[in-house]
Amino acid sequence: MKDRGSLIKNALTHLFLIVASITLIFPFLWMLSGGFKDSLEVVKMPPQLLPSQWNFDNFIQIEKFFPLYRFLFNSVVIAIVTTVLQLLICAMAAYVFAKITFKGRQAIFVVFLTTMMIPAQVTLVPLFILFSQTNLIDTYAGLILPGIFSAYGTFLLRQNIMTIPNELLEAAFIDGASYYRVFGSIIMPLIKPTLAALTIFAFMSSWNSFLWPLIATNSKELMTLPLGLSKLQGKWSTEWNLLMAGNVISFLPIFAVYLFAQRYFIKGMTMTGIK
Amino acid sequence: MRMVGQRKWNRRTAAFVFLLPAVLGLIAFQLLPMISSIFISFSDWDLLSKWTQIHFIGWTNYVEVFSNEKSYTSIKNVFIFLIGYMPVITLLGIMFAVLLNRNIRAIKLYRAAIFVPVITSWVAVSIVWRWLLNGQSGLINYALSKIGIEGPIWLQDDHWAMVAIIAVTIWKDIGFVSIILLAGLQDISEDYYEAANLDGASAWSKLIKITIPLLSPTLFFIITISLINSFQVFDQVLIMTNGGPAGATSTIVEQVYRNAFQFNKMGFAAAQSWVLFVIIFSVTMVMQWLQRRWVVYER
Repeated sequence: MKDRGSLIKNALTHLFLIVASITLIFPFLWMLSGGFKDSLEVVKMPPQLLPSQWNFDNFIQIEKFFPLYRFLFNSVVIAIVTTVLQLLICAMAAYVFAKITFKGRQAIFVVFLTTMMIPAQVTLVPLFILFSQTNLIDTYAGLILPGIFSAYGTFLLRQNIMTIPNELLEAAFIDGASYYRVFGSIIMPLIKPTLAALTIFAFMSSWNSFLWPLIATNSKELMTLPLGLSKLQGKWSTEWNLLMAGNVISFLPIFAVYLFAQRYFIKGMTMTGIK
Repeated sequence: MRMVGQRKWNRRTAAFVFLLPAVLGLIAFQLLPMISSIFISFSDWDLLSKWTQIHFIGWTNYVEVFSNEKSYTSIKNVFIFLIGYMPVITLLGIMFAVLLNRNIRAIKLYRAAIFVPVITSWVAVSIVWRWLLNGQSGLINYALSKIGIEGPIWLQDDHWAMVAIIAVTIWKDIGFVSIILLAGLQDISEDYYEAANLDGASAWSKLIKITIPLLSPTLFFIITISLINSFQVFDQVLIMTNGGPAGATSTIVEQVYRNAFQFNKMGFAAAQSWVLFVIIFSVTMVMQWLQRRWVVYER
């Protein structure tokens, strides 16, 4: 008797989750199919779920309006460089905060933690001024620099490094290893899972960022994918098939990263909750 | 003795080298901008004039933030957003998390699917939803017409635009909220439920007496985060409605952006951003205070 009850319960859970999943995924399916329709079919009523013929032309046509593949290139370069530098800088600082004591360390760490509370909008105006005064607007450096310092990333890695036993590090020092050697050969390998989670986190936020690229670029050559897409929609607001083709191009890379690194992704997100 | 001195010297240089980039970044991109933001907020700087010609005007910008109709509207809109967004996403989140926590087939697939909107950029998401919500060629209105309802022109309708923004934001964020709550659920020890089962407790009383109290730290985290995020709503608004129609979806960050980078009112925008900070800071403090009173921590 009890079995039948849990069978019904399971069926209801499946039903709810299937409906929820479809609701959450459907816009992406619609985007995909829209990206392959022609300009008439995309607005046809009644709508058709699949394109009557798969039209790859959109992915070429779109170049006529906007250098979308240039945006793709920019986004890739910026996301990779930002992620690598952020990880390195955060890990280095985290090592000090966790294991290398000196006078004043605690004070610096408190300042780090305090900046986590300041919303990005407060520093937006002066940052823009700083970058325009130093001619960094419309440069890769201007798009990358603000993203490579993360108090949150530092904090996360510090928590992880603290769990490494001091005896292990002491043994390395006795064997004659330098601080740099210990960092490269002991610390970094031991914190790989957290680094992996932070990698995905950093990559995603760089890939998806909108506000800073919006104010830090003027020319088409430096635009990132999200920014380019938003400009494209402003100009041709009815060319839904081209817009969706552009969307597909911006969605697929981050989706691929997600599929490969799903475990770390969700771990990275839930680590946020531990804070 | 020399060994010890050498070791100390090494330690200091290592600390210096390792910390240097992070501290330089902290100073250049956090502290300096923060301090100058305070100064700028007391000036009428327009970006065109030189630094040396900066002209201080006292509290004028701050007074204007609360008398200026547009910035007042944006603050009001953010509260409307909050009222629509937070209760719904919290309740839905608990529901999702409880279901995602069940040990059934394909559960990993569901968890993965629910997370897809979270990883996607707001720009891509907003563009798709603009199309779905389009008055003529949108799928939503087509589906509504099939069941005999004539849908509004969502994003151009001053009553429905905010509803649409809220709904889309819930759709995008629900995966994030559910996964965090799921992690919280998984931290709850099975022992509690086993003991409750022995007492013959109903599913409802287990939810109210065990799950919710033990989930309360995570719940408070979620509520705080969604509060803070609500005050910072920007990307979706700029792309889906551009703050319109007639300011119906205008938000604080959208106003900061517009005043600074479209109207060159740097001083006013800086003041608005500090008002935003004060709001977020107070909310965080209130939440901390509430947390001490209500949240149950496992002993």
